Amino acid sequence: MRKLSQGELAVLERDQLQWLVQALGNRDYRVVGPTVRDRAIVYDDVASLADLPVGWTDEQDGGTYRLRKRADEALFGYANGPTAGKKFLHPSVARLWRAKTGGNGFQIEEGPEGSSKLAFIGVRPCDLQAIAVQDKVFLDGKYSDPIYKARRGDNFIVAVNCGQAGGTCFCVSMETGPKATSGFDLALTEVLEAERHYFVVEVGTKLGGEVLDQVPHKAASAEEKGVAESIVAKTARQMGRTMDTKGIKELLYRNYENPRWEDVAKRCLTCGNCTLVCPTCFCTTVEDVTDLAGEHVERWRKLDSCFTMDFSYIHGGSVRSSTRARYRQWMTHKLATWIDQFGPSGCVGCGRCITWCPVAIDITEEASAIRQSEKSKQKGA
Amino acid sequence: MAAESLERILGEHPFFGGMQEPYLQLFVDCASNVRFNAGDMIFREGEEANTFYLIRHGRVGLETSAPERGSVIIATLSEGEVLGWSWMVPPYRWRFDARAMEVVRAIALDGRCLRGRSEEDHDLGYELMKRCAQVMEQRLQAARLQLLDVYGSGVRSKR
Amino acid sequence: MIASLSDPMAPSPFRVQRVRKETYDTFTLELDPPHSRDGFSFAPGQFNMVYVSGVGEVPISISGDPGTPETLVHTVRSVGTVTQKMCARGRGSVLGVRGPFGSSWPVEEAAGSDVVIVCGGIGLAPLRPALYYVMANREKYGRVVLLYGARTPEDLLYKTELPKWRGHFDLQVEVTVDAATNGWRGSVGVVTTLIPPARFDPESTVAMVCGPEVMMRFTLLELERRGVPAENTFVSMERNMKCAVGFCGHCQFGPTFICRDGPVFRYDQIQPYFATREI
Repeated sequence: MRKLSQGELAVLERDQLQWLVQALGNRDYRVVGPTVRDRAIVYDDVASLADLPVGWTDEQDGGTYRLRKRADEALFGYANGPTAGKKFLHPSVARLWRAKTGGNGFQIEEGPEGSSKLAFIGVRPCDLQAIAVQDKVFLDGKYSDPIYKARRGDNFIVAVNCGQAGGTCFCVSMETGPKATSGFDLALTEVLEAERHYFVVEVGTKLGGEVLDQVPHKAASAEEKGVAESIVAKTARQMGRTMDTKGIKELLYRNYENPRWEDVAKRCLTCGNCTLVCPTCFCTTVEDVTDLAGEHVERWRKLDSCFTMDFSYIHGGSVRSSTRARYRQWMTHKLATWIDQFGPSGCVGCGRCITWCPVAIDITEEASAIRQSEKSKQKGA
Repeated sequence: MAAESLERILGEHPFFGGMQEPYLQLFVDCASNVRFNAGDMIFREGEEANTFYLIRHGRVGLETSAPERGSVIIATLSEGEVLGWSWMVPPYRWRFDARAMEVVRAIALDGRCLRGRSEEDHDLGYELMKRCAQVMEQRLQAARLQLLDVYGSGVRSKR
Repeated sequence: MIASLSDPMAPSPFRVQRVRKETYDTFTLELDPPHSRDGFSFAPGQFNMVYVSGVGEVPISISGDPGTPETLVHTVRSVGTVTQKMCARGRGSVLGVRGPFGSSWPVEEAAGSDVVIVCGGIGLAPLRPALYYVMANREKYGRVVLLYGARTPEDLLYKTELPKWRGHFDLQVEVTVDAATNGWRGSVGVVTTLIPPARFDPESTVAMVCGPEVMMRFTLLELERRGVPAENTFVSMERNMKCAVGFCGHCQFGPTFICRDGPVFRYDQIQPYFATREI
């Protein structure tokens, strides 16, 4: 069969997917994908299809995450886990450089790590958009982040369109899913029928076509394409949450003093879970360390959260010392100022912040409450 | 100095800006030129406040005296500024000493006379009170900013 | 440009040539760039990330003369672990420098206008390069005014330079202190009191303001009262910084990153955020 090009669709039977994993391994990619660990879906190294969450699904709601066994053996029958691409592209701990000190001050011996080849199997469309958003943060400005650049430079992405929506998902509202539209090399839609288990594969790039060429496949029939499309359409109707994004940037700019912030501050623990699981949150801190003799020094970078008291510390105090200010900062950044800073919204509608918040604060509910409060004010309520 | 010059100086000064003509003449009648040498006390804390001044030249220090600290200058006023508003507000006593830090030339205005006239003519009183309020507002805001001690670092050696 | 585009987090070593004590807690350090032939070019208002080996790194405004890039000058207030070590290490020690970063004072755009510089405390340090530039190109500007306030006479920076500036016939310099000590014959009162009598034309003035945020808020009000438009007023903002290149997220101020959209801002562009508490 001739090599497929961008936009064309093929079909892989379930077992043939293994060939894809192998083809990537043969090209020296480190292959990562969803696995089950610690009662959650965790992205980790994947060598075979058996490493995937076969037959598992998740139940998600505000402050709730449970894995449940499915009646079938779907490979991607869940919504998402707490982390995704960020774990690998924007690592939580990284060394920036290592230096030796001496009479002439210091000399940097080793800079940040070099490039590596990374293949992702099973990236949700929302997480694809999150990667695109972080690309804008780290690669589009005057400076680019060498670590992100090295890890992102040689990626192979196999996206997986969603066959069911999660309880906290709202990708439809954010226009980021449930179907992947760009940013992937291959995109799969899983189809489980009584007699057959297969994947409809969309080719996203020339490289995607080349790798697919090494995997036994067939061209997709019109019927198979239709089945894949209806699965995705069904998912789009099942969304657990919605967010009205019309004028949301201006809405939040107008409402810095809205009393709703006091309300959410009573509930928020400033634990920072939302910033840890959010696939676009990127804030980091820098730590300079030394050995006891002061002869070797290193600079490390670690993930940070705007919810900590330290985050905005200057001159003996924090600029944002109240919970109210810190929650407001996170949400206003995510939904509003992000757009002015980078272009797209910072929110991809994955719902993780809602699921993993210990007190079930719901960003869609907060946005809606602020919008409603303006309407009530207009009515004179 | 001729009365016409006094009238011009007062008329141009922001404190009297917008004042109606008959009143302006009244102020001229209540005004006189004064001069203080460096170190002269212009008024003392506790004295009756009957005169206020438009400073035309030189610097005046508002001072107070504390047993362990001696004389402390809490604020200085110079050219163009109004010295004294306690003449307008009971108990009509100065709260601070005012000392000329260098040669000071000013126009002194008879506050007691103006006070009396204001009781009879409330329109005049309102005009004066409005202007005094502005001076007080400026001094209060400046004092608050001074109190905030914004340049302090929190970790200070004993002074 | 010392911050490498390929690795913006790596500092270069600069040797401390001279340490001048300005006040009991503030020091001016003069540093030698590693490649002295090129010097260290910067625009007034910009800052560097200055690193003390093994201790940490902090943002410090450049306080020297942009016309003499052979020496890099920083005025540092010793307030925390890093700055304390920075000031204590002394002549001959080596500091790491990354920069210059950030936006700069509109010294070129101000040509043809009066220039009013209002600063408080250590706020004079990031404005001194602007004053140097303006004085070096004096014929391009109208009236030039420096209004400077500090806590007490001991806290004044650049004590030997201030009288020299005051001695210029084409520069109005007014200095005031919040609290006088014995022997002080100058003004006592907050720096905002110097604004109403200062000699400049509000309709044709560029104002540059730097100091503690509260002082800047009061100052902006006084400038507004005198009729200086917000589009002609510039402020220098400060926030926690870790990277200075727009990646760590710490220095955000509304939608701006102070490390790259600031630290110098045109006041009308940040007015709404300036007035918002804890933003």
